[in-house]
Amino acid sequence: MEREQLKEAIARLAPGLEFPENAQLTEVLAPTAGFRDLCKALRSDAALQFDYLISMTAVDYPDHIVLVYHLHSSALGHTLVLKQKLTDREKAEADTVSDLWLTAEYQEREVFDLFGVHFNGHQDMRRIFLEDHWVGHPLRKDYVDEINIIER
Amino acid sequence: MSTETSTLNLFIGENDEYIINMGPQHPSTHGVLRLELALKGELVERVVPHVGYIHRGIEKMSEKLPYPQIIHLTDRMDYLSALMNNEAVCLAAESALQVEVPERVKYVRTILAELQRLASHQLWWCAFGMDLGALTTFFYGLRDREKILDIFEESFGSRLLHSYYLPGGLMHDIHPNFQKRVKEFLKYFRKKLPEYDQLLTGNVIFQNRVKGIGLLSKEDAISYGVTGPSGRGSGFACDVRKHQPYSAYDKVEFTECLHTDGDTWARYKVRVQEMWESMHIIEQLIDNIPEGDYTAKMKAIIKLPAGEYFQRVETARGELAVYIVSDGNKTPYRIHFRTPNFSNMFVMSKIGVGCKIADLVALGGSLDLVIPDIDR
Repeated sequence: MEREQLKEAIARLAPGLEFPENAQLTEVLAPTAGFRDLCKALRSDAALQFDYLISMTAVDYPDHIVLVYHLHSSALGHTLVLKQKLTDREKAEADTVSDLWLTAEYQEREVFDLFGVHFNGHQDMRRIFLEDHWVGHPLRKDYVDEINIIER
Repeated sequence: MSTETSTLNLFIGENDEYIINMGPQHPSTHGVLRLELALKGELVERVVPHVGYIHRGIEKMSEKLPYPQIIHLTDRMDYLSALMNNEAVCLAAESALQVEVPERVKYVRTILAELQRLASHQLWWCAFGMDLGALTTFFYGLRDREKILDIFEESFGSRLLHSYYLPGGLMHDIHPNFQKRVKEFLKYFRKKLPEYDQLLTGNVIFQNRVKGIGLLSKEDAISYGVTGPSGRGSGFACDVRKHQPYSAYDKVEFTECLHTDGDTWARYKVRVQEMWESMHIIEQLIDNIPEGDYTAKMKAIIKLPAGEYFQRVETARGELAVYIVSDGNKTPYRIHFRTPNFSNMFVMSKIGVGCKIADLVALGGSLDLVIPDIDR
């Protein structure tokens, strides 16, 4: 599907979607409210069929965290970058999509471990790489580790 | 009996399950991976993977390093697909800078990627046989893999962690002997690969160990993001080389190996078939490497324009995706590696249920796990 068609098909699914220009791939910035319903629709819509979550990660900015989902349709072959912005860095929360794409269960655990984003509705919200008693979330920009991180 | 179990250090969980740990030092996990198993008799009721034993924080480290140095870290993720990992970062940087790399570079990268895939599948084949008790396969596989590593060693001085690519091209030109030696190897390996089938594929004991074990449906493969030969064994057409060609893959003709059974046997067959396909790809390119520069003209300090870049490549184990967020500096603001083994391994908690412990070894072997790629 062409980029414009894809945008039109997605814009029909929910209100308040933003489509940033000049992105490498088709990109959607979705509001946090109703994000799960949008994901459900993206997965089940006959013209979209985003059934494969390639990657799910987060980017930490000074005043917000962006969750980035790279979606792909195995049948139709188009790719989409779906984003949502979490404005509260201190108490970052998002809805889980781990029941829609099963791989998200582990990718969300990774984001929880390294970014400290809590996913509501996730069955098993534990750290994945680091030990349970670890303090802080290392991939945040303001993470301090005086021993292992040397500032130059 | 109860005193005996306590000295064996077994834990009894709910519903009289035995809880035992497979790993982190278990030879069949091929690295430091711990599977927490809940057993009922010999049947596995639950598999809980625990990872992170060799988490090195590659993504965090990369935020402080310029791009040519990040390439050296990518080697250390999936060390059996080092060149493909290098290529992923290079392709992402090249598409960000809109650099057109010379044709020669594209051809060499494709040939090397396929050689690396061959070497990786050979090591998988010999280790897989060994996991199931067929020790001889280990010697056959390593004998042939050694020839590829010798080519690598002559070409760029390293056998495992190559770091041979730079954004824009190669670090230096290929060795004058490269083409000759690759052709010699192909001639040799075309004779040797049928031996693999004679030794292991047709073996009845082996077939009984792998057929019908660890069934993975196509829907689950897609939902769990199981890619590479493991996904294609379930009928998930996920070959990035075919669907989003990069480097010189659009110039070659090859078949995407698909099986629909989704069991350990199907995953085995896909990998053996892929070895034939890899040789087929190299043969189409090796005589046609164009003359020219081995690198595009690049600035001494590589700064990606501000923006976000996403690049997918097919490694020997599946889809590696690199996601770079740049703010215009010489280091990335954020870099994320979507590694194939991460998704491939966690599917064990689904398909390992109902297996026997010995089948879990076959199942884990057929997923071809490299643990540093999970932990990063």
